[in-house]
Amino acid sequence: MGLENKIIEALPDVLTVKLDALINWARKSSLWPATFGLACCAIEMMNSVSSRNDLSRFGAETFRASPRQADVMIVSGRVSRKMAPVLRRIYDQMPEPKWVISMGACATSGGVFDNYAIVQGVDKIVPVDVYIPGCPPRPEMLVHAIMMLQEKIERDSVKYRKDTFEEESRKAVLPGTLPVTQGTSLEEEIELEVAQQKLPRPYTVPSRHEKRRTS
Amino acid sequence: MSNTEVLLEFAQKLKSEKPECVTEIVEAFGEVTIFVPRERIVEACRFMKEEQGFDMLADLCGVDRGPEEDPRFEVNYHLFSTRHHKRIRLKVLLSEDDPHVSTVTMVWKTANWHERETYDMFGIIFDGHPDLRRILLPSDFDGHPLRKDYPLRGYEPYSLT
Repeated sequence: MGLENKIIEALPDVLTVKLDALINWARKSSLWPATFGLACCAIEMMNSVSSRNDLSRFGAETFRASPRQADVMIVSGRVSRKMAPVLRRIYDQMPEPKWVISMGACATSGGVFDNYAIVQGVDKIVPVDVYIPGCPPRPEMLVHAIMMLQEKIERDSVKYRKDTFEEESRKAVLPGTLPVTQGTSLEEEIELEVAQQKLPRPYTVPSRHEKRRTS
Repeated sequence: MSNTEVLLEFAQKLKSEKPECVTEIVEAFGEVTIFVPRERIVEACRFMKEEQGFDMLADLCGVDRGPEEDPRFEVNYHLFSTRHHKRIRLKVLLSEDDPHVSTVTMVWKTANWHERETYDMFGIIFDGHPDLRRILLPSDFDGHPLRKDYPLRGYEPYSLT
């Protein structure tokens, strides 16, 4: 109570500020990570929001199960090739502005899993803002990564972070690298091009299970 | 009677009742393996389950002995009897040119996913399987990764760089 009174007395009614500074301050102070635990790194990610490491000191404790309500995706763990299209779909579902933290050696480079099943670095699927080394990284390192991301957001400008239309953002990816999801117009195009032998086969085709679920 | 003797008794009973189902009985490290011709595997499994009490298919897996071997592939059926508390193994040998074996899903339902996995990893075709498609890998995956001639470092076709 006393503090508000002091501030109101000390400050004028109107402040001038750079729009970027204001928006970036708002964005960085309230990061909402998407819950995307893939492996043992997720345990450290959970720990970072618990009482000992308390990520809420930096305004990023609100983990959301829905990508629609999240703006940071923490990829915590190795991404298998079967999981890759799911990860991309979740990324696509997040509204702009959105950022990605690649947590741990596996998400960053495949780690020790240099084999047929694991994607060698999540940056092959989504653009990554901050990489964290470690196997697994300590919660402090995740907290540090969040702070680095906040610094990055501070330097950002609204002009460069604007909503892109879905079609446009999809076209920005090299053909054949985008995971194909059910029901997109792109899928038909890729299927056509594959049929005409113009392209290597795309990431995946929806399984029967997915088809059942969407119909 | 020791454990191996009991197991050998089961194997001998299979051999005496269905002599065409057994090509060889091998005992090693206290385990008994029955080699079965691939045409007879369903018959042998059904006999082991219904007459001998091996009511559980603990595991079904493939083995690749290497591209230079002939027969190249094995399919192992690890059976477990909850009544006798005994384990026994049936083994089918398959050549590389014709890696087909009949499914045993009609004997044990659990064989369904095990056979899908074996198909996924080794490319062994289980004839008569109700839904033989990949189970662990993406459906458009190229090749069968647990084969010995599959590249060790894997296959990474997807890259933005």
